[in-house]
Amino acid sequence: MLLQQLINGLTLGGVYALIALGYTMVYGILELINFAHGEIYMLGAYLGIIFLGLFTVAGLTAVSLPLALFLTVLLTIIVCSAYGFTMEKVAYKPLRNAPRLSPLISAIGVSIFLQNYVMLTQGATDKVFPQRFGDSGLQFLNVNMTYLQALIIIVSGVLMLSLHLFIQKTRVGKAMRAVAQDKTMAALAGINVNGIISVTFIIGAGLAAVAGIMVASYYGLVNYYIGYIVGIKAFTAAVLGGIGNIPGAMLGGIILGLVESAGAAYISSEYKDAYAFIILIVILLIKPDGILGKNTEEKV
Amino acid sequence: MNYEAIKKHPVLKALLISLFAAILFLPFKDIKSSTILFAIMFIFLSAVLLIKKSQVLPALPKIRWTPPHFLRAASVPSVIMVFILLPFFLKDYYLDVLIMSGIYMLLALGLNIIVGFTGLLNLGFAAFYAIGAYTYAIANTKLGLDFWTSIPLSAGIAALSGIALAIPALRLRGDYLAIVTLGFGEIVRLVLNNWDSLTNGPNGITGIARPSLFGASLDKLNTYYYLVFIFVVIAVIIIRRVECSRIGRAWISIKENEIAASSLGINTTKYKLYAFGFGTVWAGIAGILFASKMQFVSPESFTFMESVLILSMVIVGGLGNTFGAIAGAFILVLLPELLREVQSYRMLILGIALVLFMLFRPQGILGGFKSVHFRR
Amino acid sequence: MYILDVRELTKHFGGIRAIEDVSFKIKGGRIVSIIGPNGAGKTTLFNCLTGTTRSTKGSIRFKETEISKLPSHKIAELGIARTFQNIRLFSEMTTIENVMVSQHTRVRYDFLSVITRSGGFKTKERSIKEKAFEYLEFVGIEDYADTQADSLPYGSRRRLEIARALATEAHIILLDEPTAGMNPIETSEVMALIKKIQELGKTIILIEHDMKLVMGVSDRIIVLDHGVKIAEGLPDDVRNNPMVIEAYLGSETNH
Ligand SMILES: Nc1ncnc2c1ncn2[C@@H]1O[C@H](COP(=O)(O)OP(=O)(O)OP(=O)(O)O)[C@@H](O)[C@H]1O
Ligand SMILES: [Mg+2]
Repeated sequence: MLLQQLINGLTLGGVYALIALGYTMVYGILELINFAHGEIYMLGAYLGIIFLGLFTVAGLTAVSLPLALFLTVLLTIIVCSAYGFTMEKVAYKPLRNAPRLSPLISAIGVSIFLQNYVMLTQGATDKVFPQRFGDSGLQFLNVNMTYLQALIIIVSGVLMLSLHLFIQKTRVGKAMRAVAQDKTMAALAGINVNGIISVTFIIGAGLAAVAGIMVASYYGLVNYYIGYIVGIKAFTAAVLGGIGNIPGAMLGGIILGLVESAGAAYISSEYKDAYAFIILIVILLIKPDGILGKNTEEKV
Repeated sequence: MNYEAIKKHPVLKALLISLFAAILFLPFKDIKSSTILFAIMFIFLSAVLLIKKSQVLPALPKIRWTPPHFLRAASVPSVIMVFILLPFFLKDYYLDVLIMSGIYMLLALGLNIIVGFTGLLNLGFAAFYAIGAYTYAIANTKLGLDFWTSIPLSAGIAALSGIALAIPALRLRGDYLAIVTLGFGEIVRLVLNNWDSLTNGPNGITGIARPSLFGASLDKLNTYYYLVFIFVVIAVIIIRRVECSRIGRAWISIKENEIAASSLGINTTKYKLYAFGFGTVWAGIAGILFASKMQFVSPESFTFMESVLILSMVIVGGLGNTFGAIAGAFILVLLPELLREVQSYRMLILGIALVLFMLFRPQGILGGFKSVHFRR
Repeated sequence: MYILDVRELTKHFGGIRAIEDVSFKIKGGRIVSIIGPNGAGKTTLFNCLTGTTRSTKGSIRFKETEISKLPSHKIAELGIARTFQNIRLFSEMTTIENVMVSQHTRVRYDFLSVITRSGGFKTKERSIKEKAFEYLEFVGIEDYADTQADSLPYGSRRRLEIARALATEAHIILLDEPTAGMNPIETSEVMALIKKIQELGKTIILIEHDMKLVMGVSDRIIVLDHGVKIAEGLPDDVRNNPMVIEAYLGSETNH
């Protein structure tokens, strides 16, 4: 039972972590809570269903399911990234020097827009994922880990690791860190700050897109409002780990996933969504810098 | 042609942006809708970019206008007269809409104290509205308290919860504070949803009494209209008076520059608490009016979207502008009712409006009317 | 006899030692200047004195009260007010409203009298406004009383900051580079204004970069360099102090 919850929690936690990375990267660079980030995940879930549906109709899934899935993921990432990129250019970039709360309100506007955009174009009813992956999986120590769960855990892990390496080792990754440290200095050092900010949004959106497809296939159903609650949970994960801190987002996501599945199993599943909010409030009030964050004193 | 040249050419730029948008839209709909979107966007963007390039229009946010004194002096009494006379001309349906807009005016007035005057973003304001409504619902159906005794109760409990939330939360930076208020709003809703023995869960509480005055029940629509109207007028008078006092000045100074405010002797924490307490009072009163009007409450009425709607009213009207909050509530309740065809687009448009207001007119519609905090 | 007594004041930001063991005393009614090169810790010293930041260590006595642990608004209420190097006006308010805020702790009335607009409330509000206007006249910007603060000309903004500090009725006024960015004529006008403030019986602590300029107005000068007090005394003594010349000329030539 405990081990089963651990696996369920890890699956959920991997997804939260992938989305949390988008929040944390943007916050690290712009000090902006990208409230609409959860909607990118929702777009990803829908696009996954839409593209895979198209391939099913076109007969590609019958020919080669792996190829169809691969193309679905690829297309979804591209479109979601484009949405993330556009969002920043339209709604945040012009507000970079505005009072701090303006971009947050703008982000809320984007979030409401995207939700209703999807509701109006795709309908208000649940959408069904066109493929069923079944409950078969690995049986060990009295627990059942479906292949899909295993896949989600592995994909999340691989993506997180790649992102970590990307940021530590590549030129663009280093530039991202420099911009997060100090935008003025980075610009003086010849870094294209606007470009780096765009890249950050694109990567964050790509990760959220993958999370969206995985959740759509895991639960089999999506709706236009799933982005809000999962977005808040992922944001909680980011804050829990220490916002702006990339390993922190991964850690926070996994902790939150574990807490939620344990809480739902052992305390009460009616309050399932409340755990994240309670953790969020408690962590903000007690240690707003999160587990891995560091203290900062504002400049006068 | 290189990238820079394209960026400078208005029609080409419009073409590329519209094409990009149409491609992004395509997966969610069909080719036909996508083409229509492309055409509309292209025409609109070309026009906008061409006009912008020719520089015939001045930049919008720079317009600042103080209306002449006689207009300002005449506007309030005439607006009041219109609202007094309205019930004689309107169908019940529109009266009903006006009652709702009155309730939202109270909410917007209250939120404006917190966000507009003091600069603290509150994303969970519907929670205090809910607390006011449920306080009366429970007090009335379980304890048999009447409307008038419940007014101070609803207002008081809403204000106390506002202060109770603010005490720990005010230590946080602005955007974190916003998120904590959001979390609070969600927790309140989850509790209302699940505490079946007290709140009857998702089914809500029915059979809430209408108020009565001197033994007569106020359940005619137009008497109810005047009841709400009187509350709004009282709220405006009280809030304006507080705004034009040392308390209001302290709030605004905190929003404008907190460090300077405290260096001049203002206990910023204390005044932020006052703002939370005084702002949530009106949410509590709006809640009791709502509960008694509907005679029914359920958690569904107090979602995050409700908080966003109230915030939008304050923003559209003009942050920090008392009359702006009134106008914002009026517009955002009335507009969707008048334009029935666009009902389903209501939230979509609201989302776009929030972004556009932040980009082009952060001071809101009435922001150009310099908020005269202090009377001559 | 000493209105301000600072002992072993220290402020660290992480590894940065912005102020290190600074001690000095100031007599009432004097003009004392703090000088020192960029980054010497002058503004940080002001921040500690006014509670804008909490000092790491040390004591600050104002009259008989230990203020180093007090919050900013308490210190203001006790009677220390300041201006800011990077002007911090309430930009959406008018000029006179800015100054009216300053009397927050001096003129009080309760909530009930606000709502009822009682006679007492009206009298007090009127006196707040009249006082504020007097301070605007004192610094010479009364013509702008109803102008929104962010559309004031630059020099007037600095004057408004001074008026706002004065209107708190503080005993000590801290001025952080009040002439920064001004031309020579404006600068000498502000210097005359500072003299005029002294004549009100106030104590003034002035941060100023230009050593020649402060010589004329100061009764005493304190020199900071890298967070440390390297000299203190009468203008003439400081002028001839070799350490000061070293610190100053050393950094001036680096510019
Ligand atoms: N909030 C802060 N966090 C970190 N370091 C700070 C902070 N405030 C000041 N410092 C550092 O403390 C040192 C002293 O700064 P301070 O502003 O007091 O100098 P100053 O003498 O006023 O200089 P200037 O003449 O340029 O105004 C500087 O090295 C500065 O970078
Ligand atoms: Mg300085």
